[in-house]
Amino acid sequence: MAEKDIIIKVCDVKKEYQLGNIDYHSFWNGIRNKKKDTSKKLMALDGVSFEIERGEAVGIIGGNGAGKSTLLKILSRITTPSEGVVYMDGTLSSMLEVGTGFHPELTGRENIYVNGTILGMTKKEIDEKLEDIIEFSECRRFIDTPVKRYSSGMYVKLAFSVAAFLESEIMILDEVLSVGDVKFQNKCLGKIQELVSKEGRTVLCVSHNMNTISRFCERCLVLDHGRLIFDGDTREAVRNYFGDNKISETVLECENSRRFTWLTREDIRLKRAEYVGKEDSSFGDGEAVILKINFKNNEDIEKLCFRVEIQDDVENPVATAFIYDFYNGYKGEQGEFTAKLDISMLREGKYRTIYTFFERDQMNESIDLDCIIGLPFKKESGKNKEIEWHASAWGCVELPELILK
Amino acid sequence: MSYQYYVLKDSYFQNLYIFVTGIDMEKEWKIVIKNKSSLFRFNLKEIWKYRDLCFTFVKKNYTTMYKQTILGPLYMILAPLLTSGVFTLIFGSIAGISTDGTPQFLFYMAGNMMWSFFAGCMGDNMNILGNNAYIMGKVYFPRLIIPISSIITKIFKFIFELFMFFIFCFVFIARGSEVNFNIMLLALPLFMIQLALLGLGIGMIISSLTVKYKDLGVIAGFGMKIWMYVSPVIYPVSGLEGGLKVLAMCNPVAPVIEATRYAFFGHGMLLTPYLILSVTVTIIIFMTGLILFNKVEKDFIDTI
Repeated sequence: MAEKDIIIKVCDVKKEYQLGNIDYHSFWNGIRNKKKDTSKKLMALDGVSFEIERGEAVGIIGGNGAGKSTLLKILSRITTPSEGVVYMDGTLSSMLEVGTGFHPELTGRENIYVNGTILGMTKKEIDEKLEDIIEFSECRRFIDTPVKRYSSGMYVKLAFSVAAFLESEIMILDEVLSVGDVKFQNKCLGKIQELVSKEGRTVLCVSHNMNTISRFCERCLVLDHGRLIFDGDTREAVRNYFGDNKISETVLECENSRRFTWLTREDIRLKRAEYVGKEDSSFGDGEAVILKINFKNNEDIEKLCFRVEIQDDVENPVATAFIYDFYNGYKGEQGEFTAKLDISMLREGKYRTIYTFFERDQMNESIDLDCIIGLPFKKESGKNKEIEWHASAWGCVELPELILK
Repeated sequence: MSYQYYVLKDSYFQNLYIFVTGIDMEKEWKIVIKNKSSLFRFNLKEIWKYRDLCFTFVKKNYTTMYKQTILGPLYMILAPLLTSGVFTLIFGSIAGISTDGTPQFLFYMAGNMMWSFFAGCMGDNMNILGNNAYIMGKVYFPRLIIPISSIITKIFKFIFELFMFFIFCFVFIARGSEVNFNIMLLALPLFMIQLALLGLGIGMIISSLTVKYKDLGVIAGFGMKIWMYVSPVIYPVSGLEGGLKVLAMCNPVAPVIEATRYAFFGHGMLLTPYLILSVTVTIIIFMTGLILFNKVEKDFIDTI
């Protein structure tokens, strides 16, 4: 048996958060030891276990609210798990935010010392590396100027440079590379790759950017709703959870799924959404989406409206379709409707959707009653296309052809 | 990595079965993160490892205090002088409170110096968790570093003020005033440590208790003002009578201030029983503060 050198061992870690306000009521309930409202609990992590070997570079991916940040917070000892244990065999430094402890009034040089010591370096270590750090940061001219006069780019460059020269055995990177210009980003990535391959550091990296992840993480953990749903090869993870497979779903059961935290109303709940008569969710040229929705009223409802928001695959809003005042109903009733969504103006690509039930106030403002991430779909490119489409420049929508007058 | 062997002897067949389990029971983990840990576990070794951070914080406290001011550190001289001057004017000249024959200016300067050291230690630490959540929510370091560095900052400030105080003492002595330094002056560092620990203890208790419910922090603000007036800062305890005197001396700050006044001026009350009481209270409060802080700091970021 090959001896494994485990550097991080996470055993059945759970983290529970209390939702709602902390005030007089929560204090009173705490005193009376009243049984806590379970609907006000959120399991940010629900029994996560894994092991990481020394020298591995591991990516952590998952949608918003999957528990990535919570996991990183626990690993970097900012908070403790509600249950479970984490063992670590080495020093760890986390970059949950670059430039932690930077004081705006202090100069760049002084801040290198502040930030460096916060991250666990000794003054002697910083003295030795100061020149390298300044060189790497490309901020030598401004090093004796207070950082409050820095541009945001320079600020980030300086901050990352300090972190890049840390000597800890485990490094945690959280979206740190999404800042600075492209040239500097590549320089940082190169530096990290060097740390992993030459010095055998262990790196944990969280990013929404799959390119970054697949560039230097061979292994990937996929989190979903606080659970570890995949642990293995990065390419496979990206393909399975962010690729074509997910686009094949045609039914969404969401009566009890978790809603957005900002959603305060519970008047109505969407129970089920389905693409009628489809085996996958890709739609050809000229084909319309037929959407069947089931819902349940928790209150009396008048003049219910519904909308489908369409976003591109990186969550930029593209377009929205509405139905106004199509339904009145009483508390406890269940309803169902089928609607046709014309997507003929959308160009080829993958799209995400958000379904929202709402009503309007006197000012015609939308008051959202239920809101949930809907079924994604894929628009196939037409057979007889007139032109090669460049979505990055032209967007996702092709308006009707210009007409000469 | 080590293996555990379980050896079972089968009595029927006289065979030995050896079970090997690969659980590394004896692996020494450097860091263990879990919900519960002992109340008294303080990782002094780790704090020592981070000593440079402590000094960086101290330095940062000073350098940021007077940034972009013209007079800069001169304010460290001006602030105590102005306060003592105003005290002399209001409490000495207008209210006419007795100072036991000590020159009024020196009397108020000494009292103010001691009190502002204590109040500084307490006030700075009353909201350590809240004020530093922006750092503590992003990176790990031994949280005790922050209170320790704030105390060191205050000690430097005190030493500076003490130096100024002695200069004024010599000025007054040269002008013929009666200032009798005595052997008790050697105990001054001990008194300072006691005031620091008491202030720190109360600060940490309030800081820990205000993580979830902020009420106590609101009360503490004006509580500190009241505390100054019930402590013998602007008046000597000798001016009080009977029960009031006993009550005043039960305040843990009072015997310390009186004792330092004795050390500086040769009069004041040096009452050992009250000092012992004060030290006991200090130790209890400090330990409570330390335990509470240690318990809260691990996941306060979730509730703050």
